[in-house]
Amino acid sequence: MKITEKEVNYVAALANLALSGEETQRMARDLDEILGHMATLNELDTTGVEPMTQVLYEAGETATLREDEPRAVLGSQTAVANAPAAGSGYFKVPKVIER
Amino acid sequence: MTAFPAGVGALTIQQIQDGLRSKQFSAVELASAALQFAEAENSKTNGYLTFCAERALSTARTVDERLAAGNDPGPLAGVPVAVKDVLVTKGVRTTCASRLLANYVPPYDATAVSKLERAGAVILGKTNCDEFAMGSSNENSAFGPVRNPHDPERVPGGSSGGSAAVVAQGTAVASLGSDTGGSIRQPASFCGVTGVTPTYGRVSRYGLVAFASSLDHVGPFARTVHDAAVMLEAIAGRDEMDATSAFAPVPRYTDALDGNVKGLKVGLPREYFEGPSNESREIVLKAVETLRALGCEVREISLPHTRYAIATYYIIATAEASSNLARYDGVRYTSRAKEAGTLSEMYRLTRGEGFGAECKRRIMLGTYVLSHGYYDAYYLKAQRTRALIARDFTQAFGEVDAIVTPVSPFPAFRLGEKLDDPMEMYLSDVYTITGDLAGIPCMSVPCGETASGLPVGMQVLAKHFDEAGMFRLAHAYERARGMK
Repeated sequence: MKITEKEVNYVAALANLALSGEETQRMARDLDEILGHMATLNELDTTGVEPMTQVLYEAGETATLREDEPRAVLGSQTAVANAPAAGSGYFKVPKVIER
Repeated sequence: MTAFPAGVGALTIQQIQDGLRSKQFSAVELASAALQFAEAENSKTNGYLTFCAERALSTARTVDERLAAGNDPGPLAGVPVAVKDVLVTKGVRTTCASRLLANYVPPYDATAVSKLERAGAVILGKTNCDEFAMGSSNENSAFGPVRNPHDPERVPGGSSGGSAAVVAQGTAVASLGSDTGGSIRQPASFCGVTGVTPTYGRVSRYGLVAFASSLDHVGPFARTVHDAAVMLEAIAGRDEMDATSAFAPVPRYTDALDGNVKGLKVGLPREYFEGPSNESREIVLKAVETLRALGCEVREISLPHTRYAIATYYIIATAEASSNLARYDGVRYTSRAKEAGTLSEMYRLTRGEGFGAECKRRIMLGTYVLSHGYYDAYYLKAQRTRALIARDFTQAFGEVDAIVTPVSPFPAFRLGEKLDDPMEMYLSDVYTITGDLAGIPCMSVPCGETASGLPVGMQVLAKHFDEAGMFRLAHAYERARGMK
């Protein structure tokens, strides 16, 4: 397997990540090496092995249920306090749809 | 400072409790002295990113008031601690050592943080780490690397390098870190302190900035096993804000520190002692002789799927990271790329400018292994392999009470030594990632020094929720080593 710069660009687009030309070259090399190592898993027969999707321990079925009681929330002013652009308790972003 | 003849840097939790009760010093006096010392010494390691003097002094005042009123000030009363900068602190900047969050001031406290303060601990500040906890050397911080207090030319380990360094340096008595693949144990071993990764779910992760959610743990650093046990006891327990936190009651870990390890079965997994000999391993093997002398029954065991752990870990961890880091997009918490005209450009540029090289690499790897056509071959395969790795441990704990291994194949390496080779950096996590994959408790306890004076740690692993057994063994070893 050889990771091409085209593939790097495709994945970077999926990840919403801008990469410079130099970063793209370097990324192709790094991904190639690391994915090459990951291929060692192919040696292993995992037929019939349940995937471990969670690390969970025994607890009663209703253990996580609680009374539905109102409680204090952050509030929109606090929630947007760290946003680079906000107004009237909302996040502001550039135009999504151009007309 | 006459109240602290040996300096604030060497105090234990017990000494602080005694000092407060015998009125040798007040919590406010200790907090002021500790802050002054930590700020003066910080340039040697760059361990702290932010100090929170006001908050520290306010907690200390509360402790003094409780003491004066004859109320219980808590098991950590007045203890100066540090918190890794991936745990959110209300009103105190929390950066995750990322440019993106350089000015992020959280509106709430992580549960582990509020529990520490409720137990009386005085938080001095937030510690440096690898960006979003991704790294094994603390060189991936946007605010400069942390230096190892034992040798400033060497790394402190990572990703919780700052939390390990400040405890080793004496600029905090104990600290909190996070561990996803060894990020507590490896820096603990590199800096010569005790570091504990508890059972998955033992400590609430509410307010821990997520890296890989099926692997993330919060845990303590301290200079002694006793202090680590007191710290864990204070932060452990079910928290309804974290659905993955465990219901199991929290025992009094300090009760387990009775030195009684006679007949305890200790397993040495042969896969962790294979390959060409190295100094770290020889030191750990010497420590195993001490365990034998204490009456432990040492036997060889096998964890046959160990060799697949690195690949398994870096698939699962990066896949989860790519999802968790999607939220840093210039909308809610982070700075925003200035020149972006459209929404999608804003996402791409903000993330491209903001993330460091290692975060980008992991986002890319994670996105790749989850992408269409590769999911089964990588992610699903890794989850199946993870089940086998976890099963290895379950089977081993049918035979033995605890497992002992090296923490790292080598001691602290030089700054820059592995920075250009990501795969080599990943391989250095070989002994620590298995515990995270299985979700079992594990810790690093100092067990010696190399010929050039670098600390080496011994890893102790135990079965799910047997932190008490793990502490018992580590404490008995620590005491025996001290008596030599």
